[in-house]
Amino acid sequence: MEYSRTEIRPGVWLTHLREDKFKTACFSVSLLSQLNRETASMNALIPFVLRRGTSAFPDMETLSARMEELYGTVIEPIIRRIGEIQCCGFYASFPEDDFLPQGEGVLKDALELTLDLLLSPVTRGGLLLPAYVESERDKLLDLISARMNNKRSYAVLRCIEEMCCCEDFAVGRYGDEESCRSINYKKLSRHYRTLLQTSPIELFYCGRASLREVKALLRDHLSTLPRGEIDMEIGTEIRMNALEAEPRSTVEEMDVSQTNLVIGWRLGECMEDPDFAALYVFNDLFGGSPSSKLFLNVREKLSLCYYASSIIDIRKGLLLVSSGIQLANLDAAKAEIFAQLDAVCRGDFSEDELQTAKAGVISDLRSIPDSQGALESFYLSQAVVGADYSPTDLAALVNEVTAAQVIAIAKSVECDQIYLLKQESDPEDEHDDAEI
Amino acid sequence: MTMQKFDYPATGDVLYSGTAASGLRIRVLPKKGFSGFYAVFATDYGGTYRRFTLDGTAYDTPAGVAHYLEHKMFDLPDGDNALTLLTQNGADPNAFTSSDVTAYYFHCTRLFEENLRLLLHFVSTPYFTEETVRKEQGIIGQEIHMGEDNPGTANYYSLLKLLYRHHPIREKVIGTVESIAEITPEILYACHAAFYTPANMVLCVAGDVDPERVLAIAEEELSSEEKPVPVVSFGEEEDLLPVGSRNVLEMPVSTPQFLIGAKLQPAEKGPALFRQQLTASLAMRLLAGASSPFYNRLYEAGLLNRSFDADADFSTGVGTVILGGESRDPDAVLSALNEEVARIGKVGLDNALFERTKRAGIGSALRGMEDFDDVCVSLALDEFDGFCYLDYPAVMASIEKSECEAFLRDALRPERLALSILAAKKE
Repeated sequence: MEYSRTEIRPGVWLTHLREDKFKTACFSVSLLSQLNRETASMNALIPFVLRRGTSAFPDMETLSARMEELYGTVIEPIIRRIGEIQCCGFYASFPEDDFLPQGEGVLKDALELTLDLLLSPVTRGGLLLPAYVESERDKLLDLISARMNNKRSYAVLRCIEEMCCCEDFAVGRYGDEESCRSINYKKLSRHYRTLLQTSPIELFYCGRASLREVKALLRDHLSTLPRGEIDMEIGTEIRMNALEAEPRSTVEEMDVSQTNLVIGWRLGECMEDPDFAALYVFNDLFGGSPSSKLFLNVREKLSLCYYASSIIDIRKGLLLVSSGIQLANLDAAKAEIFAQLDAVCRGDFSEDELQTAKAGVISDLRSIPDSQGALESFYLSQAVVGADYSPTDLAALVNEVTAAQVIAIAKSVECDQIYLLKQESDPEDEHDDAEI
Repeated sequence: MTMQKFDYPATGDVLYSGTAASGLRIRVLPKKGFSGFYAVFATDYGGTYRRFTLDGTAYDTPAGVAHYLEHKMFDLPDGDNALTLLTQNGADPNAFTSSDVTAYYFHCTRLFEENLRLLLHFVSTPYFTEETVRKEQGIIGQEIHMGEDNPGTANYYSLLKLLYRHHPIREKVIGTVESIAEITPEILYACHAAFYTPANMVLCVAGDVDPERVLAIAEEELSSEEKPVPVVSFGEEEDLLPVGSRNVLEMPVSTPQFLIGAKLQPAEKGPALFRQQLTASLAMRLLAGASSPFYNRLYEAGLLNRSFDADADFSTGVGTVILGGESRDPDAVLSALNEEVARIGKVGLDNALFERTKRAGIGSALRGMEDFDDVCVSLALDEFDGFCYLDYPAVMASIEKSECEAFLRDALRPERLALSILAAKKE
């Protein structure tokens, strides 16, 4: 796999991976901006509105027909949050020309269509169409409120929201309902133009075409991109300490059958000069895999849950443990989760456990080059923080991680928030209230 | 016995196929240039296989046994756990149970042969005690509660109960807290002995591997004795009319969700079933896919959003068409669907739409081959249905517009449709 990264227009970078082993190629474009409550839903809404029609294919039916003609090219909006940077744009996947009937090719057309979606929307009087903006705004509102439908991920999002209530990170990737509701077509058209002028733009291509060919096609199509002063100041503020001396608690009630417990920690001082390899190993050993301390103890030994697992956000510096339990077992589950973190702090894990965690992380990293989607998200996350090592480079570092490094991370974390999503209490029964 | 090679020029793939002395079917998809290996060892046994006959004995087992058995298979007699052993090798193992299959799999980037031996070994080594079986009740009990809070699952089973009178597909694969309490080590041993015989199983592997090595390892790890395969009963055949036409559930969701479904009469296992599945799936895309007039009209009217999907699902002798997503007015979606099916019945499908939908199928077939986890699982599932997943592009290309029209006219007649609504519960 050949990797290269070039600035092809002011503030527009192309990550190009030449790889022959896939049958399809992928191309993505992401507009980067600082995540904040005022603009997040506008940023998120833009790709959805743009996906309604271009000047050449002015509605979804003709646009979808065009993609089908391009042998099932798929181009969809993609909205992400990496640390406190919001990334909004499109992800395209299309067949490699080698697999199409002789003489047919979609590379040029698929790149052109993706950039047309970004740069040449259907407009009236220079403004985005009111009908499209209103319709997509209502659908975005549905999408924002739909987060409650999956109780497990909802509980994790709510814990982050409470934990980071004074930080931009509390804003979801789609923004919030209130600011979304206030969007109209004039406001959005203005914001769209500003975003095109000022946001750093990340382009990613992975496939069989050479850098020279891709660059030439992109330069052509990007000539109409307006560029002003690029906002290079975007970044993530990492809070090292918990907000208060004792972890804060939030209990939310809903008509649910299972109680969802989420505990949030700041990764702490280890984020001053983060060692990502050691962070991944720590997470795998603590709660990131079926051989982790949480899985083996909270689930297998005590049978308290179906899942008890940890995730880390290495860009924002958070550790989160989530578990679905019976309300009656809340204290036992909580105690065991903290006890297992203490065990890691004390270095109470074997060389085998450490090696297993390292093997798991290395395998995950070595698998990234097998999937274009995984490559795209790995390199975007790297680009956002200005890092340029490959998954294989990182895997080599994981091999060197020591028990002392893992212990140091466990000692560095600070519990900041405990969140519980539970069944509605019976108002007749005062003893039903959960104490967390 | 050696592995036989088959070429699939449409996607540039080569598949090696063979059968071990035990009757185990083996499929290997060599993938050069990839660092990962994937293997799935699957048995033709799922949540609906509750009643079966073996060697003259009839069994009637509690709901949820297949899934419970899947959880308990990871325990080994020496106190080891297969999940732990595989993760120690850096592999990522897991398993799933559906209505008609139980599959164990791992993904790894090293020690492939050792991991493959482990997979074959643990899945063919039953070891259950009163204590280990009882202990799992807490874990699966929580998995059941997790499912109860999942709106998609709740609505899916609500639709199946509207459609099916008695076929076990209407019951949850995972069972209930009550039904799993009836499960004993004896029941698990009996079900393992019946369904986990190599002749009832398939092994699919993808990665940079030598197909002959995979066959050799399977011969070494598994007993070569070919045992009888049980006869499963799903009860008397269902007619094609739903039991009820409308049901409303309430749950804490943001926007109402809906599923519209109809029962199908599945063809015999083999190429006819494959053709029927692909025809159904293509017909649904023509009726309600991304560039269909129906989807775009309802999307613009605010009746559908991007969560909408339409497809057909075939398993254990039944077939079901399902369309669904979120909508503020599911009844309006249903009447629009009836109108559209009637319109297509009169004027037929648009030629241009048909041609470009098939053309798009070329790209989706290629995309479908990218993820070898999916490919291996599809290969295994399709093997149990008597066809090969890699024939997808060739069969898809041969389907005629008239077949899709006939399918839509027949399968989606108004009297065959049921609508299940999951309404947003007011706080």
